[in-house]
Amino acid sequence: MGYLALTDRDCDEMLAAIGVSSVDELFEQIPAGVRFRGPLDVEPELTEQEITALFERLAARNSHTGVELSFLGAGIYDHYVPAVVDAVLSRGEFLTAYTPYQPEMSQGTLQAIFEYQTAICELTRMDVSNASGYDGCTVAADACYIAKFATGRTKVVLAETLNPMVRQVVKTYAPGFGLQVVEVPHRDGVIDPADLAAAAVDAAIVIFQQPNYFGVLEDAPALAAAANAAGALSVAHVDPLSLGLLEAPGAYGCSLAIGEGQAAGNFQSYGGPHYGFLASRTDFIRRLPGRIVGETLDAANERGYVLTLQTREQHIRREKATSNMTTNQTLLALAGLVYLSWLGPQGLREVGEACTALAAYAKSELRAAGFVELFANKTTFKEFAIRVGRPAGEVVKAARERGVHPGYALARDYKGLDDALLIAVTEKRTPAEIDRLVEVLREVTS
Amino acid sequence: MELIYEKSKPGRRAGRIPRPDLPVAPVPDALRRTSPPRLPEVSEPELVRHFTALADRNFGIDTGFYPLGSCTMKHNPRVNERVVNLPGFRDLHPLQEDEGAQGALDLMWRLEQYLIEMTGLPGISLQPAAGSQGELTGLMLMRAYFADRGEGEQRDTIITADTAHGTNPASVTMAGYKLEKVATDGRGNLDLDDLRAKVNEHTAGLMLTNPSTLGLFDEGIEQVAEIFHGAGALLYYDGANLNAVVGKSRPGDMGFDIVHINLHKTFSQPHGGGGPGGGPIAVRDTIEPYLPVPRVVRDGDTFRLDRDRPKSIGRVRGFAGPFGVFVRSYAFMRAYGPSLQEMSEVAVLNANYLLARLRAAYELPYGRLCMHEFVLSARQLKKEHGVSALDIAKRLMDFDIHPPTIYFPLVVPEALMIEPTETETKERLDHFVDVMLQIAREAADSPELLQDAPHSRPVRRLDEVRAAKQQIVRHSFGASPTASAKG
Repeated sequence: MGYLALTDRDCDEMLAAIGVSSVDELFEQIPAGVRFRGPLDVEPELTEQEITALFERLAARNSHTGVELSFLGAGIYDHYVPAVVDAVLSRGEFLTAYTPYQPEMSQGTLQAIFEYQTAICELTRMDVSNASGYDGCTVAADACYIAKFATGRTKVVLAETLNPMVRQVVKTYAPGFGLQVVEVPHRDGVIDPADLAAAAVDAAIVIFQQPNYFGVLEDAPALAAAANAAGALSVAHVDPLSLGLLEAPGAYGCSLAIGEGQAAGNFQSYGGPHYGFLASRTDFIRRLPGRIVGETLDAANERGYVLTLQTREQHIRREKATSNMTTNQTLLALAGLVYLSWLGPQGLREVGEACTALAAYAKSELRAAGFVELFANKTTFKEFAIRVGRPAGEVVKAARERGVHPGYALARDYKGLDDALLIAVTEKRTPAEIDRLVEVLREVTS
Repeated sequence: MELIYEKSKPGRRAGRIPRPDLPVAPVPDALRRTSPPRLPEVSEPELVRHFTALADRNFGIDTGFYPLGSCTMKHNPRVNERVVNLPGFRDLHPLQEDEGAQGALDLMWRLEQYLIEMTGLPGISLQPAAGSQGELTGLMLMRAYFADRGEGEQRDTIITADTAHGTNPASVTMAGYKLEKVATDGRGNLDLDDLRAKVNEHTAGLMLTNPSTLGLFDEGIEQVAEIFHGAGALLYYDGANLNAVVGKSRPGDMGFDIVHINLHKTFSQPHGGGGPGGGPIAVRDTIEPYLPVPRVVRDGDTFRLDRDRPKSIGRVRGFAGPFGVFVRSYAFMRAYGPSLQEMSEVAVLNANYLLARLRAAYELPYGRLCMHEFVLSARQLKKEHGVSALDIAKRLMDFDIHPPTIYFPLVVPEALMIEPTETETKERLDHFVDVMLQIAREAADSPELLQDAPHSRPVRRLDEVRAAKQQIVRHSFGASPTASAKG
């Protein structure tokens, strides 16, 4: 029965030691009126072999990126995850540990988080990073909570080219935080720094995305400057795999850098669990949410690591905490660290170059086939949008019947973009696969 | 031990990715990275050795007994890891059309049915990423519910117990509510007189863990529910301790309107050194219209995600939730079936067995049978021998046992909060008792053995005050540490 370990004799001996005659007696403290008389109305228990068969049947009803040629992105990407990630994450000492409250039992997790924090700071050129957030959406809400207290202001400015899901999460959190959200419309796929400057007056925070949701490169330094000039915190939401090629937020003056970590070392997993990263300048270290690991010495003067600055946190500060966070995404952040260590700085740049080269090839082939880019003459990274001349949702359906998922229909998020398709090209795609995409798109739109 | 950055050598690398035979697409100069990130530069064998060495310096439930109170450190079945890595789950894009994700949606729908049955509440959102996010979501639901009834301004206060997890008051503040605390009575129940004096027309709701963090079921829970519902307020159930009552008592039947479930506790999602977790919420039908989007909907034999719910609070996280966590927890539930009830019975039996055998040597502040965990106090040992709960915790490490939760709940001085879970053998439990009794004797005979502990871990006792003061939170690459350089 499940994973229980007591024999009948064990139970009898234990009940005797407690001084009760049955297990039911232990539950008598539950008032009779709220006891569940059971049994639970659920299916009979399964053996391991039966569980495996059941889950194989369920998994077989999903069209994953191993059976369907996929150009889906829009925030989650089909990048290659190396075998060392699986190997490290399958170590039970990492997998089955709780939060490292007792540092002498947890030096492995703690040092790994310290190394992760370093990697995030290096990627973003920030001073400090927390130990991870839930995902690329919630770290944006976290940033707003930091800004509320750092500036004493209540206006949140979001670029309309920021991932719509990120904006939705910020809007859900904002009323409780006492914040109002303002969105800056895009002009031809990018944010005009002058529009942003106007919106940023009296704002606590400005969040934009680089590369943006359409895959287009924003004039990020100008956007950061506009936010900074208004005294708002400037926040870039960035793709970690772009940061071997693209300038880091810290280098162009951002106060914080946030993002979805999935692309770096996590499988797509139908949306999670993944990790969000959040890094900032030193000024905000005492306002960061969640765990932070710091270096220290032990009683023998040897270096070691502990959870630090815990007076920010809910278990100490309670209602005055910088966040209610306890569980984070340590294991997924560890996957990120292993992945980035496997790539190194050279590999990171090469992934970026491969993605951009393949995406550029896809763009030029599609152009040659007569497709029009949604936003012409823009520099893009690994993702770009085209017009397909009919509702993009129908095109997706028809292409999937031919074994190709051609991308994401933008109509769900933006009015007036009914025929726009967002196409992501990772280093896992090949020129031949791109040729197939073009061929299928031509078939289903002609 | 060296950091991976200290093992780096310029030009060394582990992985390579295929490089397409295509021209490199140029990045405009103004946006191009000027100096590369100093990521590790290591060979694959050294990479593997580095993380193997780190794993060796860590302790998980796979390593040994881990009675960390309130964290429910039970066995993590390996078949769950196997099935979560099936390509149909692992490589499924979250924006895949519903027709291409029927297996995933079916699994989520089935998981919801189990949660409905175990909580006794009909509406589920799987979206929250953790218990604390479930709490915040629950409070957002209260706000939406009262706003819809025209009581949004009026009801501005949430009541929590003085035994509450720190997440409860922190969530209250983040949700924009005022906080009121209610005392615990001499038996460890909520003080009903204190409660009656504090619940009024400004009360939005209660947040309560039941059994409480003292490991005690609130014997007055029916009256508590009456007091809140009588005042038009709602009850929120913090599911951190659900492992005590699965199939024994359902939060919905206790009178709770909103519940979060910690999938990484009760339903065995491995916690990975701090996360991931899962914090689905279950709600009464009156709250259901406000649940986050998307919802999983069943139409006959097919499933879809419903995003069009006008009264929804919105979304609290990306996509439908931490799907990999759902796979593992659903596999765990299927291994038990109806005997999930027995899971809770054995968790409670194990805890009471430890309590019965330890109460002679350690002080028990509330002299009742416990549920799945219990709290001892080291106050006497401290007074008599100068040995603290912290010292006892560190000494346990020398016996390859993870310490219990200490100094929590706050209402018990020198608290040791012990939760064995249902997956331990009697031999493990007996060994833990033997060690705890030995430590109590050592406290009297040679207290320095405890005060200097641990003696057998990779590091000696670590200086947390120093860490907070020097604020070294990243490798400095030979420069002066970031934070302290700025004072």
